Amino acid sequence: MSRITLSNLAHSYLPNPKGEDDFALKEMDHIWEDGGAYALLGASGCGKTTLLNIISGLVRPSQGRVLFGERDVTDAETTERNIAQVFQFPVVYDTMTVRQNLAFPLRNRGMDPAYIARRIDQIAAMIGMEAMLDRKARGLTADAKQKISLGRGMVREDVNAILFDEPLTVIDPHMKWELRTQLKSLHREFGHTMIYVTHDQTEALTFADKVVVMHDGRVVQMGTPEELFETPAHTFVGYFIGSPGMNLLDAEIAGSEARLQGVSVPLGAAYGPTTGRTQIGIRPEYVLISDEGLPVTVKRVEDVGRHRIVRAELAGQPFSAILPEGMSVPADGARVSFATGKVNVYANDWRVAPAETRGGA
Amino acid sequence: MEKTQNNKAWFLILPVLVLVAFSAVLPLMTVVNYSVNDTFGNNAFFWTGLEWFEEMVTSSRLHDALGRQILFSLIILAIQVPLGIFIALNMPKKGFWASFCLVLMALPLLIPFNVVGTIWQIFGRVDIGLLGHTLAAMGFDYNYTNDPLDAWITVVVMDVWHWTSLVALLCYAGLQSIPQAYYQAAKIDQATRWSVFRYIELPKMKGVLLIAVLLRFMDSFMIYTEPFVLTGGGPGNSTTFLSIDLAKMATGQFDLGPAAAFSLMYYCVILLISWVFYTVMTNLDREENR
Repeated sequence: MSRITLSNLAHSYLPNPKGEDDFALKEMDHIWEDGGAYALLGASGCGKTTLLNIISGLVRPSQGRVLFGERDVTDAETTERNIAQVFQFPVVYDTMTVRQNLAFPLRNRGMDPAYIARRIDQIAAMIGMEAMLDRKARGLTADAKQKISLGRGMVREDVNAILFDEPLTVIDPHMKWELRTQLKSLHREFGHTMIYVTHDQTEALTFADKVVVMHDGRVVQMGTPEELFETPAHTFVGYFIGSPGMNLLDAEIAGSEARLQGVSVPLGAAYGPTTGRTQIGIRPEYVLISDEGLPVTVKRVEDVGRHRIVRAELAGQPFSAILPEGMSVPADGARVSFATGKVNVYANDWRVAPAETRGGA
Repeated sequence: MEKTQNNKAWFLILPVLVLVAFSAVLPLMTVVNYSVNDTFGNNAFFWTGLEWFEEMVTSSRLHDALGRQILFSLIILAIQVPLGIFIALNMPKKGFWASFCLVLMALPLLIPFNVVGTIWQIFGRVDIGLLGHTLAAMGFDYNYTNDPLDAWITVVVMDVWHWTSLVALLCYAGLQSIPQAYYQAAKIDQATRWSVFRYIELPKMKGVLLIAVLLRFMDSFMIYTEPFVLTGGGPGNSTTFLSIDLAKMATGQFDLGPAAAFSLMYYCVILLISWVFYTVMTNLDREENR
């Protein structure tokens, strides 16, 4: 087990990439700490799987290095890297029994048969398949097969990291929750580095200590679920995390105030001058509906049980707010104001830090 | 839901039934008629019962041809199946060279049988053939027209050249259906090349492979045109396979009665072996899906 460093890494599936658009993975530096539980979150096609395959050695990066600890493994074969990976769709060896499937990675490494037998029993208990160990893998259901794949991913104890590529897509919701809990406790028990790719934010936030959000071939932010929620580093994070996502409004920044529609909004901190498209971002959770502030046109109200979501329009742009239970929506002339200190400022989609904390930059 | 009864379908398949009757059933019945009668032409038949069958079952000529036929089919299967798998495994998976290989592989399959025979007949000739002449020039005593072993080797190599593509293409199709994730998972599991073949590729190819074996068995068991053109069954009777022998008997010697009995037994043997194949295949399927 060791720290995984991606240095100056980029990948293109084209033989001669011309511009940045040709890269599935833009240049990046990233460190996965040993023993961390990471979630890699992002929309489909943003490069998550490519990144995973580069770490496991299934894909060789077009540029940059991959280091395990101090060792450069960029050109090392998958076999040498000793990584476990579970794929989105179940991969089982049809002609083998469940037991043989689980034993396969251990047998390939020439482990002691007595140890293999013991280990298989542990893993079978973990994925709840003790009763099926001697059945052929072929006739099993998709989620049973995926459990075998997961089991095969976890069966080796000495792996450098376990990579999960949206492994629970085919599993039914109840089992999903159970398996995720299992993975989590497995992580606590053995301390493997785990990287869990998903496009489901609930999955990411419940599994991981650190969530890595990718967008368009880039890592846009890595942080705890709370950091992603409170201070999204990129408008994509704001929009992708949270339900509904962050509201983004074009505004002008002047010191500690933002001006939009001729109304000034206090930002709770002073900002230096910004360049490019300037927006302010506010979570629907931090929007207060009252008689003062910015006028909005309420379009509809969605009752999601625990609270209601107000879908409105603010200066022609869609805007949502979360309405606590018991509060009513004003019939007309609704106005909104924002909780102090919860407004983030974005210039060209990237978050601008307040001037004070940056030391006047 | 109850299926509605509609007997109109019978009328719709009637034309096919009539066609099949004329093209297959009636000729077959004629053969049955010949096999239990003796005839000297003029549509005059004399009942012989099972006499021709008895004669054929005990005929050493037929036994020899059958022995040669079985040996030939076994050699063909033993060479073409592993070779076809090997070629399929090593063909490029995509891009220009994949299409190129596919076209190249399909070419022998497109050549008419008698042309294949003619090609090899000339190719192997010691006086003007490229192969025969080269071998002779290299000091090999090669002559397929009077050495039985050389004749066998030439017939086998010709059939391998003509038909291995079929096995290779079928296996290739089977291999192409394997998702990339299987190979990736195998790498992750640190499987050896042999394990990948044994546990991923072979199981996925099994279905097409059984079809390939069945097709190649039936085709090689009925082989006629190519060896007939190449060696004419010779030297001596050394490459006289069942169908060549049958044709000699029926149209060469005009022994219609024995030939009819012979062909009926031949037909039954092929039917029997195909049935065995079919049963094995369906049983394998059922076992796997249990």
